[in-house]
Amino acid sequence: MKPAPFAYERPADLATLLDRLAGAEGQVKLMAGGQSLGPMLNLRLVEPDLVLDITGIPELRRAAVEGDTLVLGACVTHADIEDGRVPDLTGGALARVAAAIAYRPVRNRGTIGGSLVHADPAADWVTSLIALGAEVELAAASGRRRLPLDAFVTGALDVALAPGEMLVAARIPALTPGTAWGYVKHCAKIGEFAHAIGAVRIEPETGRGRVVIGAIERAPLVVAEAGRLFGGRIGPDFAERFDPRAADGVLREAGMTDAVDRHVHVTILARAVAQAARPAPSTRPVSEAA
Amino acid sequence: MSDAIPLTEGVGAPLLIQGVGARLPRKEDDRLMRGRGQYVGDLRLSGMQDVAFVRSPLAHARIRAIHVPEAFRDRVFTAADLTDVQPIRAVSGLPGFKVSEQPVLARDKVRQVGELLAICLAPTRAEAEDIAAAIVLDLEELPAVHEMLAAREPGAPLVHEHWGDNVFLETLVDVNLSAALDAPIKVSRTISTGRQCMAPIEGRGTVVHLDHRMDQLVVHTASQMPHIVRNGLSECLGIEQGRLRIVSPDVGGGFGYKAILLAEDVCLAWLALRVGHPVRWLEDRREHLTANANCREHHYRITAYAERDGRLRGIDCEATVDSGAYSAYPFSACLEAAQVASILPGPYDFPAYRCRTWSVATNKCPILPYRGVARTGVCFAMELILDAVATEAGLEPWVVREKNLVRPEQMPFDNITKKHFDSGDYPQALARVLKAIDVEAVRARQRAGEADGRRIGLGLSIYCEQAAHGTSVYSGWGIPMVPGHEQAGARLTPDGGLELRIGAHSHGQGLETTLAQVAHEILGVPVARTRLVHGDTAMTPYSTGSWGSRVMVMAGGAVAAACRELGERALRIGAHLLQADPAACRFEAGRVVGPSGDVTLAQIAHTWYRRPQDLALDVDPGGLEVTAGYKPQRDSGTFSYAAHAALVAVDPDLGAVEILDYCIVEDGGTLVNPLVVDGQIYGGLAQGIGTALYEEVRFDARGQPLASTFADYLLPGPAEVPEPRIDHMATPSPYTQFGVKGIGEGGAIAPPAALANAINDALRPLGVAMLHAPVSQHRIVEAVLAAREAVTAREAA
Repeated sequence: MKPAPFAYERPADLATLLDRLAGAEGQVKLMAGGQSLGPMLNLRLVEPDLVLDITGIPELRRAAVEGDTLVLGACVTHADIEDGRVPDLTGGALARVAAAIAYRPVRNRGTIGGSLVHADPAADWVTSLIALGAEVELAAASGRRRLPLDAFVTGALDVALAPGEMLVAARIPALTPGTAWGYVKHCAKIGEFAHAIGAVRIEPETGRGRVVIGAIERAPLVVAEAGRLFGGRIGPDFAERFDPRAADGVLREAGMTDAVDRHVHVTILARAVAQAARPAPSTRPVSEAA
Repeated sequence: MSDAIPLTEGVGAPLLIQGVGARLPRKEDDRLMRGRGQYVGDLRLSGMQDVAFVRSPLAHARIRAIHVPEAFRDRVFTAADLTDVQPIRAVSGLPGFKVSEQPVLARDKVRQVGELLAICLAPTRAEAEDIAAAIVLDLEELPAVHEMLAAREPGAPLVHEHWGDNVFLETLVDVNLSAALDAPIKVSRTISTGRQCMAPIEGRGTVVHLDHRMDQLVVHTASQMPHIVRNGLSECLGIEQGRLRIVSPDVGGGFGYKAILLAEDVCLAWLALRVGHPVRWLEDRREHLTANANCREHHYRITAYAERDGRLRGIDCEATVDSGAYSAYPFSACLEAAQVASILPGPYDFPAYRCRTWSVATNKCPILPYRGVARTGVCFAMELILDAVATEAGLEPWVVREKNLVRPEQMPFDNITKKHFDSGDYPQALARVLKAIDVEAVRARQRAGEADGRRIGLGLSIYCEQAAHGTSVYSGWGIPMVPGHEQAGARLTPDGGLELRIGAHSHGQGLETTLAQVAHEILGVPVARTRLVHGDTAMTPYSTGSWGSRVMVMAGGAVAAACRELGERALRIGAHLLQADPAACRFEAGRVVGPSGDVTLAQIAHTWYRRPQDLALDVDPGGLEVTAGYKPQRDSGTFSYAAHAALVAVDPDLGAVEILDYCIVEDGGTLVNPLVVDGQIYGGLAQGIGTALYEEVRFDARGQPLASTFADYLLPGPAEVPEPRIDHMATPSPYTQFGVKGIGEGGAIAPPAALANAINDALRPLGVAMLHAPVSQHRIVEAVLAAREAVTAREAA
């Protein structure tokens, strides 16, 4: 398990990086924390001609609040978020998600940008940030654009990046007071890839809710207007109104044929809903299941 | 004398508590825990090059051609080059055994994924992998047989065509089963354990170089049995043993995986002879998981006959073991199944027994002996069927066990398969573990229910572990390795230190500490001043190595014998120095004490080596260096045992299992170092939890293993392994030095059964019984949903 030969460069500024990305011959891979790319290189699942290390670019490590949006540079690590080294507009929700990603050594190096671009269906940020309504900011030598995250993630390990384009930041809207939030995942053991993820963001006052089901071997399943999962209406009593059969129907429609898988996903989603109905925890829980 | 060294120097512990029974921290941990261990992968030899293997991507195929690009012709070697190498043959002497020949590089066909096809040599492993990637294989895929019951059917694809079927060996024992058939209770179950990969942190690895001065091929390989590797290499390569030196340095976990002669070892030795410079192969995790480390896969159809009060009348069993494509050297393809027939009764005494076994060839890696070997599967089958008897009889599971355990007044006891139990009080172990886990409190808590919706359950498991079984047992199996007397060397250094030499290996067992404790018990030399020389055929007496939980019994006994002889010689020299009659002198705490004075071992050693003019004229010319041999009074093995009790909480909707409490009452006879024994139990428990809940390699219909990384092959981690509560009993063996028993494997034997029984205790009210290990989350949810559907269907009907 040793990588095939590749060239390695570590540009010092974004303009140089985007130039190299636009002009390099052959297959190019960007490396941030390398927590997924490293094993894939070693297993020769990818054999790029050039690896561009993006961790030397200060802009990509930046975190800032712009109005009611948190902007996290692509190279912000899971541990930065877990430990509170970046601002927070979610009442600790991001830190709780971050704290349950894989193992601490992975969190020390793994980045939010790398996770979103890799788009592993079992990844925490893919599902949780779609539920929070995040956007991604993309840059190329020719200019910049923004995309809602659920439009960016097009499938398992598949995203809407154009040639020469890269993700520079995630833009995460504030979780306003009064908005209920629940995030639960199920792993065979602590730190392993999730087998089921449920994320819910519910505004009981306005009757609006967004439900995302992740770790389903394709892009997360988004129920943007989630009333159908709550007997047709979302209100302050949403937890009691949650309808597991409707959730099961959503999974059937999405083509999930294994009844055991559906049962586990519905169970996890139900627990995310229940969590959303409880006051925000003061301490950081790890994932629900052992 | 000025050069005498104080006997209390060293680890800081007072002299009196360093001998047998002392809870000493391990000496070797100072280097191992600081990252200063020296493993095969740490060797750097001038001019060394790396090997990557081309391995079969198919489970079963005919080899049409192997195309090597012209540019790599002198860097790539195939079976066509290895014309002078014999295949690996591990033949059992049991009647009817069919012989497999494992070519070290596949010749006409491949019989498993990962089988070796070509050696690629380059300055680095990455470059060797580049060469391997450029080689084109022309293989004609054949139907693969990867499921052992299907492999037994007529018409199944044949792994070895000339056999006519896929059965390495079939055996039958029948002891009066017909007498049990009228029992009022008869329960039958199909019980099985999945295929695992034992997973030491360090994989296999081999570095070979030529020592021209000694005219030797020096093979550095992570091995539990360097002398057996030398036998095997000598046979395959046709090289006399004197020209082979096997060195096993620090080994990062063995568990049986390093008690096997791998085809890779033979290839590397051949290659070093061919190219003349040092060569290295370090197994990577993909090779380990897909090509080599298979173990454990058993299938049982088992029936228990019992009285209504739980007393067993008899056991009837058909057991199948998936032995994989080849017979592994030296333990063979049938050791597991042959063991199943003889050890299935476990610690229980009943009057009728029948067991039929099949060792089946499939297109999978050869099955290798993993810590506990057949015992883990046997214990799983027996303990689960006992719970089924309890359910059928309406009794507590512990009642059924209490009714059937061998009793202390029966010791020593020959059981129904002629296993000779040396000593022990099994019912007491059961009683103690029931008290520790507090059965009544658990039952009350179950009646109350859990606030979080989970269900809790209690599971028991009891086993006995035959260890250090010797010549009389292994000669019957007729495999290439039969242990005889074990030898050890003991030598005093001129300054009074002690060197011990053993042919077995220490790879986690703590022998550098515990054998020094044995020596200390006899000679009084501080543990810190005793060094263990091992892992090198050039420097140690022959030994079959470290396996079968045998080393403390065998090498410990040999060290004691050597130290005793050394002590007698020292006593005679000391008596002369004291001008006393030897009969009036005694050995005490590292010194010879006479009627009017004493003299230290260091002074005696100084005299022997450096002032021979002070010795008596008739001094024993053998001096202060002894090699002595040892065998217990009976070599049928020691019987250690334990009762395990697990308390779990099961989430029926997710299948998640949390271990709330885990109690172990174990009896390993006299314990040389209880701390080391605790460590063995902790490690074994972790592995047993892996077997119970997580570890499994599954295969697709073409025989492809579906786990090739640790993302797919799950091992329990710190969050999954609780700290068990351990209680030691200490019933000495009547046959061994100090009364010690082998305990190395027991921790891994009982947990799968204890945990499965606990899960079933939790889920029984739902109508669920889990009879396959690992009891994975998916399997639990699947069973719970099926049970709920059955209830719904019944209610509708």
